[in-house]
Amino acid sequence: MVRTSLAVLVIDENRIRAAIIEAGLREAGHERVTVIHDVAGIARRIAEIEPDVIVIDLENPNRDMLENMFQLSRAVKRPIAMFVDRSDQASIEAAVDAGVSAYVVDGLRQERVKPILDMAVSRFNAFSRMARELEEARSELESRKVIDRAKGILMKSRGLSEEAAYTLLRKTAMNQNRKISDIAQSLVTAAGLLRPAEDE
Amino acid sequence: MSMGAAHQITAGFMPLFDSAVLVAAGELGFAAREGIELTLHRETSWANVRDRIAIGHFHLAHMLGPMPLACNLGLTPLASETIVPFSLGLGGNCVTISNAAWEGMAAHGAVADLDPARAGAALGALIRERAAAGRDALRFAVVHPHSGHNYELRYWLAACGIDPERQIEIVIVPPPFMADALAAGRIDGYCVGEPWNSASVAAGTGHIVTVKAQIWRNSPEKVIGVRKAWADENPEALAALLRSLHHSARWCQDPANHGELAAVMAQPGILGLPPAVQMPILTGHLQLGGGAELDIDDFFVPFDKAANFPWKSHALWYYTQMVRWGHVAHTPDNLAIARDCYRPDLYRSALKPLGVALPGANSKVEGALRLATAVGATGAGLVLGPDGFFDGQIFDPDEIDAYIAGQKSALARFLL
Repeated sequence: MVRTSLAVLVIDENRIRAAIIEAGLREAGHERVTVIHDVAGIARRIAEIEPDVIVIDLENPNRDMLENMFQLSRAVKRPIAMFVDRSDQASIEAAVDAGVSAYVVDGLRQERVKPILDMAVSRFNAFSRMARELEEARSELESRKVIDRAKGILMKSRGLSEEAAYTLLRKTAMNQNRKISDIAQSLVTAAGLLRPAEDE
Repeated sequence: MSMGAAHQITAGFMPLFDSAVLVAAGELGFAAREGIELTLHRETSWANVRDRIAIGHFHLAHMLGPMPLACNLGLTPLASETIVPFSLGLGGNCVTISNAAWEGMAAHGAVADLDPARAGAALGALIRERAAAGRDALRFAVVHPHSGHNYELRYWLAACGIDPERQIEIVIVPPPFMADALAAGRIDGYCVGEPWNSASVAAGTGHIVTVKAQIWRNSPEKVIGVRKAWADENPEALAALLRSLHHSARWCQDPANHGELAAVMAQPGILGLPPAVQMPILTGHLQLGGGAELDIDDFFVPFDKAANFPWKSHALWYYTQMVRWGHVAHTPDNLAIARDCYRPDLYRSALKPLGVALPGANSKVEGALRLATAVGATGAGLVLGPDGFFDGQIFDPDEIDAYIAGQKSALARFLL
């Protein structure tokens, strides 16, 4: 099926995401994958690698520099076009939505490149999902910490048990139609403000 | 406001000060007063702006003046037809060079007066001296190949007898990286908008040697590029937006508002730089390096001098420079594409209800006005110019072939 393997260059400053894409490409049988995190000296690297497909993240401010380099085509032997087929609007949209862009050596057939692009798009999306879940987990941990501190303040200042302190927080949150962590944060902030000054 | 707005418009911008008229329209309520909910998206590259216009994420964007031409001429990887109904101002760029290159230029007669001819002569002498000593060519950076920066840098160098294709190297660097690249010695000079020139001067790592406002006074820079398919289907939304940009530009020009404008642009989601850094472009009072400072007339003009009018002669001048430097072939079809890209008709019809001064012509002879001049216009009086090129040349858009041929023969002289 694959006559000669394509040389794929991944340019991504995010090392974790780049590693995920590289792994995906290798699983799909692409052996000639190169990952670059830093664009310094990239012209020489591209000349060495002679990539057929270049995948780059859209957040990279160096896209203008790279495109100019492709067009001058001194570093890259053959002209590079973005995507295989400009008429494939859906895949272009999916790529931009996912935050990835691709450049392909002119003349490469669509069926050879499309799977690489689709893979990059799905891995970019998976990475975004993972980053979002990580952020949610982090903020949940933060909430739990602040609730623990609020409970501690209530237990100390009002002589409540841990369970009673939590119940009071929960009731207040329900009455005010707010999240428990918000009520806890307000309490912690207020307690900090009301704490007797030690140095004055 | 959001639910009640008659028009929803999404616009992209790059973190550069000359996005101010668009940003202020959104941030200060000029758009809302015209019934527009304007959503602004900051982008990280011009390629992203172009792609998001092409796939319809953005209806319009802050763009480099030649960029819509490049899209329509098929010079970019992914593009949709883009038109220009509004210009975001005149001037605003500088050429900054490293301390080492400045010392070399000073040894050949450069002084801190920003005079393009004197600075160019000194730079030419330095370049010849370096070549004779077998040293590497100086490396300059611009922000994009299809940019006012690239074309004005090349124009200046060529008019001073320096061949930008052979005697120096020109590379692309994103604006926020310019000062660092200069400080690290990766480049010897650059042409970029503010605040990225003053940034090198403030860091003590560069000297401003000349400015766009002296290479070509009151010359075009950024524009509003609009996806043509959207403009065709939404003429009322576009007209309302152009009126809001007109009011925003008038507000931005008024010195009484400069402090507030600087604060708006300083916000983390816009430029994310302190307000003080925004002031040189607004006052035209620049530190040049080494303690020298200068007041520059018409350094950046967001509204006066018909700054927002999308002159076809501006687009055609860019076209001649694209031809000059081999970016596009000069053919009747390409010329027609360049002629149709800027749309003064849309600007005029949107602003007509306001009863403001509007130029009567779509094109003008560029470089002909030695002094500020009142011109024929509908509505109240209108003052244009001065608009001279520093080398005294004139661009007559009715004589494009002769202009291109003249520059080609001037170029050929370098190769002798």
